[in-house]
Amino acid sequence: MGEAIVITSGKGGVGKTTTSANIGTALALMEKKVCLIDTDIGLRNLDVIMGLENRIIYDIVDVIEGRCKLKQALIKDKRFDYLSLLPAAQTSDKTAVTTSGMKEIVAELKQEYDYIIIDCPAGIEQGFQNAISGADRAIVVTTPEKSSVRDADRIVGLLEKEDMSESPRLIINRIRNHMMKNGDMIDIEDIVQLLSIDLIGVVIDDDEVIKASNKGEPIAMNPNSKASIAYRNIARRILGETVPLQSLEDEKGVFQRFKKFFGMRA
Amino acid sequence: MLDKKQIILIKGTREGLSLFIEESASFHDVIKELKEKIMASKPKEEEPIVSVNVKLGNRLLNEEQEKALRNIISVDNRFKITAIESDLISREDALKWREESEIKAINRIVRSGQVLEVEGDLLLVGDVNPGGKVVSTGNIYIMGNLYGIAHAGVTGDREAFITASYMKPTQLRIADYISRAPDYESDGVYMECGIIDEDQDKIIIDSLKVLSRKRKEISGFERRINNG
Repeated sequence: MGEAIVITSGKGGVGKTTTSANIGTALALMEKKVCLIDTDIGLRNLDVIMGLENRIIYDIVDVIEGRCKLKQALIKDKRFDYLSLLPAAQTSDKTAVTTSGMKEIVAELKQEYDYIIIDCPAGIEQGFQNAISGADRAIVVTTPEKSSVRDADRIVGLLEKEDMSESPRLIINRIRNHMMKNGDMIDIEDIVQLLSIDLIGVVIDDDEVIKASNKGEPIAMNPNSKASIAYRNIARRILGETVPLQSLEDEKGVFQRFKKFFGMRA
Repeated sequence: MLDKKQIILIKGTREGLSLFIEESASFHDVIKELKEKIMASKPKEEEPIVSVNVKLGNRLLNEEQEKALRNIISVDNRFKITAIESDLISREDALKWREESEIKAINRIVRSGQVLEVEGDLLLVGDVNPGGKVVSTGNIYIMGNLYGIAHAGVTGDREAFITASYMKPTQLRIADYISRAPDYESDGVYMECGIIDEDQDKIIIDSLKVLSRKRKEISGFERRINNG
């Protein structure tokens, strides 16, 4: 029996889809059976980032409306057998997806896969409700910007009302080293304190991430990038390992500072 | 009328008149006699308005009856009612009163988009994040960070106040007063309170010490008893 994790943020453009693709890839690298679900109906992106756009025949709306079987709509990743993608519909009507339809799909996928990673659309409307309805736990993505943190707070509030097995975890994405140093960005500490949920990872703002996304190769494939290591570490933490937070700089000390926030439960 | 037991008794005091209404008489008789008596002692046009304190004893008026009484005394005649006092209180009022005078202790985080509303005083153990809002009819005590909006005395109690362990609110509201954070980036304050300053006619943030001077009756119950 697998576990379904929804990746959400409230605000758009903070890196939900990139995070979903990379966590999924990193888990698959560790030989877990992973299925990615794109729930952003009408604005699908996950297939593009994964480089699987040209393989789409059926999508999630086709499954819900009974035009195909769930298995037919799943796209096997070109790199790993362990990784599959259920793409969103690009043309169909948004209202086609319902929470009950989502729950059914997730429940069916859980039989087959170890992890179901659900990429949530921006906003808090029906699309969001659908995405979180089948999830067992949630990961909230935020960037160190006020507006993004504000939306993350709203989302955490909504998630707390849901019946999930664990409280949501936090990823702080797109951290810029020099701005952190100058104090021009909100501190990681401050974000964690405000949201008061456990931090599961910090990802540095890395040009390589964008390059890789454009190539349709998730950065997690590349073992030399800092962002890639960060995603791999997040995957290990999802599996329950205790991995200390990566140092953002090469100096020691910062590392220690972040470590204390990292309250992983085994 | 002289041989009958008087239903209405009017006494002059330093503050004005006290009007005693016999508690066992029927309301119909009360109104009848009140009309006669009040007409008789009505102040003349050139005389100043006289205050009246109505004492009901063990009688409880319903809304309509109270309105009728007020009409006779203050609308038809030139009296000003300072208070209508009854020794009784309805069960409904008593429960409401208790509700309003209680301190509600709540342990949670009020996040962006969430509103926490209580009757009476609010003791919040937790933060109010930016975009979050706490509202109470009485005082608000926050053991945590106040970043969002706090509205104390929402039904109009200007004596209400707001305290927080750390205060950097988006807005403070007390009764019908609103103050907002400055437009420049500023630091918050620790262990302070927001209170209406009568001289400046606005909400000020000051150290908790001023409360002992300016708000002596900190408990909602006492405060409401004193203010009626």
